[in-house]
Formats: sequence, C-alpha cells, structure tokens
Amino acid sequence: MARRLVLAVYALLIIVPLVVIVGGSFKTTQDLFAAPFGLPTRPTLDNYVTVLSRQNLLRVLGNSVLVVAVSVPVTLLLGSLVAFAVARLPRWPSRILYAVFAVGLAVPAQAVMIPQYVQFDRLGLRDSLLGLMLVNVVVTLPVAVFILAGFLKTLPAELYEAAELDGAGPWAAYRRIAVPVSYPSLAATAIFLVVMHWNDLLYPLLFIDDPDKRTLPLALLDFQGEYLTEYPLLFTGVVVASLPMIVAYAFLQRHFVAGITAGAVKG
Amino acid sequence: MTRRTPHTLYLFAVPALALYGGFFLLPAVQGLRYATTDWDGYSATFREVGAANLTDVVSNDDLFRHALTNNLKFLLVVVLGQTALALLLAVLLAARSRGSTLLRALFFLPTVLSSVSVAFIWKFVYDPNFGLANALLDAVGLDRFRSAYLGDEATAILWVAVAQIWFHAGQMMVVYIAGLHQIPEELYDAAKTDGAGRWQQFRHVTWPMVAPATALVVAYTTIQSFKAFDLILGLAGNPPRSSLDVLATRIYATFANSQLGYAAAESIVFMAAIALVTWLQNRAARLAHG
Repeated sequence: MARRLVLAVYALLIIVPLVVIVGGSFKTTQDLFAAPFGLPTRPTLDNYVTVLSRQNLLRVLGNSVLVVAVSVPVTLLLGSLVAFAVARLPRWPSRILYAVFAVGLAVPAQAVMIPQYVQFDRLGLRDSLLGLMLVNVVVTLPVAVFILAGFLKTLPAELYEAAELDGAGPWAAYRRIAVPVSYPSLAATAIFLVVMHWNDLLYPLLFIDDPDKRTLPLALLDFQGEYLTEYPLLFTGVVVASLPMIVAYAFLQRHFVAGITAGAVKG
Repeated sequence: MTRRTPHTLYLFAVPALALYGGFFLLPAVQGLRYATTDWDGYSATFREVGAANLTDVVSNDDLFRHALTNNLKFLLVVVLGQTALALLLAVLLAARSRGSTLLRALFFLPTVLSSVSVAFIWKFVYDPNFGLANALLDAVGLDRFRSAYLGDEATAILWVAVAQIWFHAGQMMVVYIAGLHQIPEELYDAAKTDGAGRWQQFRHVTWPMVAPATALVVAYTTIQSFKAFDLILGLAGNPPRSSLDVLATRIYATFANSQLGYAAAESIVFMAAIALVTWLQNRAARLAHG
C-alpha cells in the first residue's frame, strides 16, 4: 500500500509538470494562468507559429542536428581508435595513453573554457558551428575513450591474435574484429554523446554570438530574456527542443538508459 | 611466443591526441598563465599581477565566497536527497513486472531533457504568482505555506536543488537497480528464516550489499552537483542573479564581465575545490566501508 502511494506520488511529480508544459504550449497566457492544469479551452497553434518564425527555430533546429551529426561520429571514430590502441599496446604505453585521456575526465569544462575561448577566437573558430563541433569532440573524447577502452580491455587477446596470425595488421583487426564486437558499447557511447551534445548549453553560450548559428538550448535561453514570463512561448520552446529526444527515448529506451548511465558513471 | 607490437598501433592514437592535446591540454596549461594577469580578454596589453588574483579569490572576494557557500548547500541537499530518493525508488521498482518497467522508464525520462528545459519547467512551478507549487498549496488548503521560492534570497538555492533532484534521481535509481540485482536471493531467504522484518532485511541485507552502488551514486552526484551550471543559469537568467550564484556561474559572470585573468584564477580555485571534494568523499567512502 505504502509502496503504491510513494510510486504514484512520484509518478505524478514527473507527469504533472510535463502535461502542464505540453498543454500550456497550446494555450494563451491568460488561459494558462486561469487554469494551468485544465485542457486548453480554445487550443491555439499561435505559440508554435511565433517561436518558429520569430525565433527562427527551424534554423536553430537544423544547427543542433548538424552539430550532433558531425560531432558524434567523429568522437566515436577517434575514441574507438584510441581505445583499440589502449587495449592492444603493451602495458606501459597503454597506461600512459590512458592516463593522458583520464586527465580530461578529471578537469571540469569550466577550468578550460576560458583559455579555449581565447584560442578558438584567435584561430577564427569561435562563432562558427565548425568550432562548436571541434570543441564538442575534444571535451567528450575522454569519456568515449573511457567507455570503449573499458569494453575492449575485457576481450581476450586471442581474438586479435587469431586475426593477426592470418597476417592481418592492426588496422584489419580494428575494422574486422574490434569494431563489430563493440557495437553495443559504441551504441551506448553514441547515445550518451547525442544527449550530451544536443542538450549542451555551456559551449554554445561561450562560442556563439550570431543568432543564426545558435543551437536549441542557447535559443531557449534567449527566449527567457525575450519573453520573460510569457510561459506558453517558453513551453513551446521546451516542447520543440525536447520532442526529438523524447521520441528517440521512447523507441530506444534500453539503449538510452545504458548509454546515459555508462557515461554518467564513467564521466 | 611473444610477438612485437606493431608500431602502427601507435598511429591509432595520433589523430585524437593531436586534437585533444591541442584544444584541451594546451589551453588548460595556458589558463594557468592567464590567471597571473589582469587581462580583459581582448586588449593587446595586460599587466602581470602574479598571485594577486589567486589571493583575492581565496581571501577577499565576498561574491566568490557566497557562490562557494551556495555550492556546498546545493551539494549537501542534492547528495542526501538524491541518493535517498534513488535508493527508495530502486527498492520499490527492483522486482520485474510490467508496471515497474513502465515506471522506471518514466522516472528516468527527465534525464534526457535539456537543463534549460528543466529550468523552464521549474521556473513555472516556482512562479510566486502563477506557479504550480503555490497553486497546489492553495488547492489543498495549505496556503499559509505559500512561498516566493527562487525569489527568497536565503532559500533560493535549495529550491534549485529540488529541481536538480527531479532532473537526475531517475538516472541514479538505475545504478541502484543494477546494484540490487547483484544481491543473491538466498541472503533474503536466510534473513526471513531468522525472522527479520522488511526493515531489518533492508538494514542488514540490502543496505550493506548496495554499498558499492552507494559509493558510485554519491561520487557521481557529488561531482555532478558541484559542477552544476546549465540548470542554475536557466533558473537565474542570463546574466545570472547573484542569490543563485555557484562557482560555475560566478566564473562565467566574471568572464562575461571582461575580467578574463581573474576568471582564470577563479577556475583554478574551482578545480582545486573539485579535487578536494572528490578526495574527501573518497576518504569518507573508504572509512565507511572499511
């Protein structure tokens, strides 16, 4: 009985705000304040029209998709190559290589972001999506290496040696053995990276000035300045920014949990 | 038979090392240098100030100290609250059934949202005039407990901690569920044979057996809440309001205020604080679990 009560209360704590947000995105401000929990009396798409046109949200959405679509595969490729080296190199070179990337796990972004800002600015990479992709790759490489090397190190060496006996070099062993066997690990890492880059605010906030180059979280933050307490508009932004992730989560639930949890525990 | 490691194996690490070395390690070292200057970030010239920035940050910067205090309050509430909640939910949902699978998915859901989205949700919950929290209190006749929430200087940071727990408790619940599944069923059978009630089973079997999971949850929550930035900025507005300042937002504000050298010095202290917190927490975990 107590078990059900606790679970029901917590479920409501999650569901109610989400329902209010989604419902609110179809309401006028007056409607929302009059009855935050009620259904919209006269449902309107005005908020969607406003945020999509005035905030250029389609452009912003495209930027977010592009940044994620480039950063994630690049990070996975570079990270898995390092992980393979870590798994296959002799003890000491392997440890040193691993330790170099472990530094990135320990050092928080806030400690590096200021010199990074100066550096990217000097190189003309600031205020560009390319710069954003580059910094994304750099800051998440350590986590990718951590997860992927953790997996590859658990595999028996015979797996590779068999291939090498057939005359295959490391590149062939990487492509034909390491990559295929680490699909589950790569998938988990990919999901962790997608969620992380899709939702990141810090670097877009620092790096992007041009409104046309904003990503979703940054555009959302700008809403707040613009609309202050026009909650229906803020809610509409939340729905637009969250819907792709929630839909993906609904279909790939187990992978999401595995990915985010692996990234969290190791990050 | 030992075979020589092919030298080409080293090449695998080269592209990643080049980018990571050039755009992470190198700037990390440069940051140390900026911290000894009064550079504003764009002027051609700046003065060397030596350790002056660092001593200022540590010994006479009230804003920094206020942010650090907020960090510690936030950390304490989130670590205690989130760990307890995650364990409670995990215990209630560890058994497999259709309902529990669905609830697990629901409780994990906030984790996939962006911090800014979560910030807006809670901004509305806490809105003193129109917000859900006060509306709920009115509805159940507890309107004398109405509060200004984020508008209340003294307690604002604690309400942000509640939002943070809502955001990430489900994630830590999953870690606990994995830990619970490692416990052999026989231990509970033995405890029951000895006449242990539900609470005693929890106290003498579950709790000691999930110690490794607890260490993991506490470690991760500690670091995550000490570094919290996006959610707080989303709730405080940009530029951030100082009552909600934590170290991460303070550094950002200093930097946005064109005090780049000083901000770099603040980051060094921030990093040292994280290292210290991590170390203390590792010590505590070791003491607690022998």
